[in-house]
Amino acid sequence: MPSVRVLLFASYAEALGASSVDVELGPSARVRDVLESVRDRAGTVRLPPSPLVAVNEQYATLDDPVSERDEVAIIPPVAGG
Amino acid sequence: MRVALVQAPIDVTAMLEEVRDRASGATTLFLGTVRDVNDGRSVEGIDYSAYEGMARRELETIGREAVERFGTEHVVIVHRIGYLALTDISIAIVVSHARRSPAMDAARYVIEEVKKRVPIWKREHYVDGTREWVDPTRGHAEARR
Repeated sequence: MPSVRVLLFASYAEALGASSVDVELGPSARVRDVLESVRDRAGTVRLPPSPLVAVNEQYATLDDPVSERDEVAIIPPVAGG
Repeated sequence: MRVALVQAPIDVTAMLEEVRDRASGATTLFLGTVRDVNDGRSVEGIDYSAYEGMARRELETIGREAVERFGTEHVVIVHRIGYLALTDISIAIVVSHARRSPAMDAARYVIEEVKKRVPIWKREHYVDGTREWVDPTRGHAEARR
């Protein structure tokens, strides 16, 4: 089954104990499916219901498609400046 | 227009030099610096981290927006990441323009957008030895938990 790498940062990386996780992709997977797969893992209680997600370094919506070659990232509340 | 994400201390003087132009009558400089108290807790320093590729890309987008909205090419944005001590500069924004009003508005626009959109995070190190990720979306009471 194809899979995609999901990058984690800051408090989310700490909660899941990893800076990335690989999740399997079903047919015509969307961002919401990837999030569901990540949620199945331990430590995701700290993930809010709808965290910000980026696909290929651009903010994405839950309905955006995800394919094997994409880089997905779950973005904690930003605090730059 | 130029943006950068750096580890080393920000050279503000070089940035001011970069926007110097005979057509500019006003130059604004905004600096974000590490302060000693946040939410009533004594801060010792802040560890900044970023999703680097995307952070650069978002800074570029914001820089381009400022160029278009305010009508000057002279916009430079530099954000520092890594561990910063009190008074260290975390972000520097310089803008020069023919007139003062757009020069000031552009700097304000850039810092507000950076705070909303750029994937950079900070972990505050407190004097009491504890550390916490800063979450601007949480209320104060929750943040102290």
